[in-house]
Amino acid sequence: MSHLTAQEQILDFVRGRYPQAEIDATQDIFALGFVNSLFAMELVMYVEKTFDVTIPNEELRIDNFRTATAMAELVARLSPTVAAA
Amino acid sequence: MTLVAPVPVQVVDRRSARAFVDTHVVPYADEYDRIGRVPEDLLRHAAAAGLWAPFLSPESGGAGMDLVTLGEVHEEVGRGCSSLRSLLTVHTMVAWSVQRWGTPEQLDRWASELSGGETLGAFCLSEPGAGSDTSAIATTAVEGGGGWVINGVKKWTTGGQRADLFLVFARTAASIGAFLVPRSTPGVRVTPIDDMLGTRASMLAEVSFDDVVLGPDALLGPSSGFTAGMVLTGTLDLGRYSVAAGSVGIIQACLDASVAYAAHRRVGGRPLSELPLIQAKLSDMVTDARAARLLLAEAGRLKDAGDAGTIMATWIAKYFASTAAVRHAAEAVQIHGANGCSPDYPVARFYRDAKVMEIIEGSNEIQRITIAGQAEREMTR
Repeated sequence: MSHLTAQEQILDFVRGRYPQAEIDATQDIFALGFVNSLFAMELVMYVEKTFDVTIPNEELRIDNFRTATAMAELVARLSPTVAAA
Repeated sequence: MTLVAPVPVQVVDRRSARAFVDTHVVPYADEYDRIGRVPEDLLRHAAAAGLWAPFLSPESGGAGMDLVTLGEVHEEVGRGCSSLRSLLTVHTMVAWSVQRWGTPEQLDRWASELSGGETLGAFCLSEPGAGSDTSAIATTAVEGGGGWVINGVKKWTTGGQRADLFLVFARTAASIGAFLVPRSTPGVRVTPIDDMLGTRASMLAEVSFDDVVLGPDALLGPSSGFTAGMVLTGTLDLGRYSVAAGSVGIIQACLDASVAYAAHRRVGGRPLSELPLIQAKLSDMVTDARAARLLLAEAGRLKDAGDAGTIMATWIAKYFASTAAVRHAAEAVQIHGANGCSPDYPVARFYRDAKVMEIIEGSNEIQRITIAGQAEREMTR
């Protein structure tokens, strides 16, 4: 189990994919202009596998993935265990 | 002429897939290539063998097959006939998309028929003016009257001559959407495309949509630009995985044919297989077949684990396997000499089919750009 919070883990993943960009937890990664559909797919897979959640179709909205904070909130909604940690 | 063997074998793993292919596909594949189609009897045998969508859940009529095994099965089919494997590929893309993105109602409507092969799927993305560049898609889907109206033309649709259900990517007001379009819908017109270089029995078609009216349930996945791209990416990823598997099958087929030929063909009183230059070609085939198979298995393992790394692993597997298939198919023809250029041996077919693998589901140029981009990111981390 990672000692990092969900938000920190997600931020690490995004920064790892785009090391040239300076990204913080509240930054809209889609507004940066380099996120493509391939990365969007990777992002969804990463969140589902890392936090052992299944993201239902109705939660697959861009607003849930714009920032690391929004993704962490999504994870918290889908996984009470993560929310309590 | 008999085009199929009579009794299907139930496919559950590589071994049974190999038995099915050796019995039902290998003896007839050259004839399918010549006549430009896979006969209905073989499509039915593939259904009886459970080949069409074994990865679907048991609730959907599938066998819940893992994707590593699916890759092995598609490799075996690709070893026998790239055209049949191509039909499996596009059907797999449609069936997987319905399972991954479909509503409960869409699953109820389609999953069982896709699983059993009663409904065959095809993937409609490319257009006369748009291949890998999806931003150039001109087909439109206009929302209105509680549903959608689709207009446009799709080209190079594998299986289009035979498919019952098209997964159509079309431009919406917001972005690109994926739509399930039954072939029987008024306004759908299918025009066969024949005499292609390779996969000549894969029943390619141009499919046009002229004011095709669909209900709201035709849209696959949530109606947002964010998910539309993912439906396309996920579907192409699985297609790429299947093409990689088929490419491994082509390499293996080239090896099998070349070893057999080199063993009996004599030059200067010695078998061809004793010549060092022939041995070099065979050893490279063995090595690349194993390497490509390992890359494919790694991509499949990551898929089964739900690991995001599978997307890049699949790009790499497809790039390696397809380029190796082209290389070794050329060498297989070379080993066979004039015989390799004739219809009496299958290697000419392998040669033509292999070239197609470098182009479909993302050209090798696109793959290299993507793979190099990943390398650059990893270096700068």
